[in-house]
Amino acid sequence: MLNLSNSVLNSVSNIYMTTTEQNIDQKLIPILEEVSDPEIPVLSIMDMGVVRTAVIENNIVKVEITPTYSGCPAMDVIGDDIKKALKDAGYNSEIELILAPAWTTDWITPRGRKALEDYGIAAPLSAEADKDVLLNEKRLVKCTNCGSQNTRLVSQFGSTACKAQFQCDDCQEPFDYFKCLK
Amino acid sequence: MKNENLYNYILGIADNSLILGQRMGELCGHGPSLETDIACTNISLDLFGQVRSYFQYASKIAGDNRSEDDIAMLRKEREYKNVLLVEQPNTDFAYTMARQFLFDVYHLAFLSELQKSTDLTLSAIANKCIKEVSYHERFSSDWVKRLGDGTEESKAKMQDAINYLWTYTDELFHQTEADKIMVSEGAGVDVTKLKEAYYKNVGDLLEVATLEIPESKYFQKGGKEGIHTEHLGYLLSDLQYMQRTYPNMEW
Repeated sequence: MLNLSNSVLNSVSNIYMTTTEQNIDQKLIPILEEVSDPEIPVLSIMDMGVVRTAVIENNIVKVEITPTYSGCPAMDVIGDDIKKALKDAGYNSEIELILAPAWTTDWITPRGRKALEDYGIAAPLSAEADKDVLLNEKRLVKCTNCGSQNTRLVSQFGSTACKAQFQCDDCQEPFDYFKCLK
Repeated sequence: MKNENLYNYILGIADNSLILGQRMGELCGHGPSLETDIACTNISLDLFGQVRSYFQYASKIAGDNRSEDDIAMLRKEREYKNVLLVEQPNTDFAYTMARQFLFDVYHLAFLSELQKSTDLTLSAIANKCIKEVSYHERFSSDWVKRLGDGTEESKAKMQDAINYLWTYTDELFHQTEADKIMVSEGAGVDVTKLKEAYYKNVGDLLEVATLEIPESKYFQKGGKEGIHTEHLGYLLSDLQYMQRTYPNMEW
């Protein structure tokens, strides 16, 4: 379905280069970085990895975004916010929602992971470790408050579909864990 | 319509998620605890999200003015193609989790095959959905184990739920006319081939949950042809209420 050329970004900076399917015009990056995920305001949609394409064609910016989860209610808002940010920068745009390739938590940038942790959401572990913690078999998720790994699962589903709820048994802090999606 | 089989095929898949999503959504504010309430509604949200992808595609195939909302909200009972299993009511939490579990095991196997579809939109949707559904399956099988291997009371309730819902499992593996054509074109999943592994996986989990595998050989069917149990009508009157009362309303 998608066979986009290698990103122009490749030669400039590689912080968003998670897969070769991403194609973003570097002029647009500062604008798109200002758009944040409405559910997690500290995280830009660029660090989230949901913007797959942003190219200028005949003075119109064509943007392709991909949902984190199928039912993610933030997608409509993200689309509107992108449109508005581009408009403010003087661009008209067309936003399209694409499904393939499917989003994975691997596309969250290191900066995004840090922003999540600073905000109080533990960043996703590897798929294997994720399974262990969600079955409450191992204690591997670091408490975002005190850093202890003495944490346990409270609920496999947290405040949104993409998160699970954990609690620290040392400092007692309840916090969200961003589930691994691969 | 150019491709009526594809259209019907998509509806056959999507209606399961729509109706199950509605059932799980009914628990919003009514779950047995805050965590389970949130989990059930999150599962509901995943399913509705999946349904949107399917119906957006179906709306494109239909090629007329039918929108995804029209397809979801404005059909008559007989036009819904979901299996009987997913329309069964939330009798108690054991029923809710047993229904979810019996569907999730099927859903995972189905999506795993649909990923190989020659229809690229369907395979992309399957690819996306399977990640979400694997979390659903983990959640529901965990509850079947906890209640089955729990107290005397929880075990009795879970066994009762499994026994009651068992009669609706066989229909998952019935082929419709649209199925047969889609399978022959390489775009559809041959559900008859999923049956053996399904009963094996379900049986293994029930064993871990210290529950009995029902022996009944009597199975209900009809949902795929639009012949539903009495429960669907009530569900639809809830689901469709706003659109029927205030046609074309938006918010």
